[in-house]
Amino acid sequence: MREKIMEILVCIKRVPDTAENEIELNSTGNDLNREDLVYSINDWDNYAVEEAIQIVDRVGGNVTVVTLGDEESKEVLRRELAMGANNALFLSDDAFGRLDGRGVATVLEKVVKKGNYDLILTGVQADDGASQIGGMLAAMLDYPYASVVNSIAIKEDKVLEISRETEGGNLEISQINMPCVLSIQTGINEPRYVGIRGIRKVASVEIPTLTTDDLGLDTLALKPRTTRLDYFVPELGESAEMLQGSTEEIITTLIGMLKAKGGLK
Amino acid sequence: MAHIFAYIVHEAGKADDTALELYTAAKKIDASAPVIAIITGQGEELNTVASELACVYDEVWKYADGQLSHPNAETIRPLLVSSIPADSVVLMAHNTFGMDLAPGLSIKLDEPFLPDVTEIKNLEGHILKVIRQELGGQVGTHVEADISGGLVITTRAGSFAPTDTNTTGKIIDKSQKIETQISKRRFIKMIAPEVGDVDITKENVLVSIGRGIEDEDNIEIAQELADAMGAVVSCSRPIVDAKWLGNSRQVGTSGKTVKPKVYLACGISGSFQHMGGIKGSPFIVAINKNPNAPIFQMADVGIKADILDFLPKLTEAITETNKSSR
Repeated sequence: MREKIMEILVCIKRVPDTAENEIELNSTGNDLNREDLVYSINDWDNYAVEEAIQIVDRVGGNVTVVTLGDEESKEVLRRELAMGANNALFLSDDAFGRLDGRGVATVLEKVVKKGNYDLILTGVQADDGASQIGGMLAAMLDYPYASVVNSIAIKEDKVLEISRETEGGNLEISQINMPCVLSIQTGINEPRYVGIRGIRKVASVEIPTLTTDDLGLDTLALKPRTTRLDYFVPELGESAEMLQGSTEEIITTLIGMLKAKGGLK
Repeated sequence: MAHIFAYIVHEAGKADDTALELYTAAKKIDASAPVIAIITGQGEELNTVASELACVYDEVWKYADGQLSHPNAETIRPLLVSSIPADSVVLMAHNTFGMDLAPGLSIKLDEPFLPDVTEIKNLEGHILKVIRQELGGQVGTHVEADISGGLVITTRAGSFAPTDTNTTGKIIDKSQKIETQISKRRFIKMIAPEVGDVDITKENVLVSIGRGIEDEDNIEIAQELADAMGAVVSCSRPIVDAKWLGNSRQVGTSGKTVKPKVYLACGISGSFQHMGGIKGSPFIVAINKNPNAPIFQMADVGIKADILDFLPKLTEAITETNKSSR
């Protein structure tokens, strides 16, 4: 059998790490207080990169990671290079400042058209919880799309067998033609550990920057259709009664409540 | 206002619960516009769903075809694009089907997309203002869009009250418009989740753990508490992703739907996907070190504490109580 070679593009994003942060607003209340935020690669994207690397390990090919953002976003590209991605692309332009999801997908469409990718992966969602980039990108390219994918097997030339995780933990098995776009669910694999030493090794790898000119993008096409007006923190304990006092006092109160509600044997 | 449509998912001849919520959301966008339900499928099941929806919606468009027996977004999207009038507003639920269908639909209809909306604030002129959440529900945002050219919007299940409208809508058969097509994505089969060692859906008391447990070895801490309480350990998605517990223990829309009397959420942030798996209004106690965790919005009682410190002390106190009551 002829060896299959896969060219895979994985779209990744640097996001505030919600496990590491207590999110606060800035003094004017219109943005997050970003000064002390710990950022990392979007969890879903990390699974997508691991999946791409595992596919290429099996059948040969290349994994390219791409992100759009500020200079700091390069750190997630380096992290994924250290993980085993072959190439990285950095998308940066003043015109990329306030894109909506459609704008990001418009930029990525140009990136895909400049390459020769069989498979394009995104995470199921990122920090904004929108789950939109992959589906929009596929529609722009007229590629088939599947969301919430939690396994990928190569069936035959240019056909994948995938499973989607649907409600209640049911799996929906389908076949999909390549080229296609898939959004990857967490748990699809076990992403490998990336240490400081690994990241140091790729510190000198050249990462090309692509601008609107490089991509042949008309900035008018990037005009947002939706606008985020602000951020606000939902009020703490809108419904929860917060137990106060020493740990002993809290435990005594809690045990009383649990007994009353039938929570103790 | 142009037409307002709601795409309704259904299973075994019954419309999804979100069918009633989408009608409410549609009326919040424009109270005066008629709302048309769209359903796809085949056979008697589809007709049953159509009749059910005609009691709520002003009109029901049904598309019957063997190709539509299983909902495949790649087949349904071109169908909608060819039959929905320009500038329409299209609503659907933000579930795994909505995620498949909606973003691409907004591109093909050349309309703005508002995903996972939790509240519709107002429509002023052509500008619609909505609320959605980011960062796992830790922050809310107001988002607006000019909908003069239409809109695709997905709403979060449970965010809009079910409507109690009772009407007699017209059912319109749109089936003839389906052209035979070979989809680039072909449905093969569904596989039901595996049965685990315990059935958390039947338990009255759950000690549920999330990311805050930090390490596989710490699960013992939760198990000891559960043993003292006569409860069972369940968990949120990250614990299953890390393979620390099997997915039969996972509570949430992608896991099990549980109906306990008491739910102890330990180190669980409270994403809507997780909370979507808790039904029957249990007494929810949330223990989390992050005071901004969304779980505190949904719990009855909240405790700001690190579960790795707090749970062993709680276990000890409950064990003492058990001894003295013997």
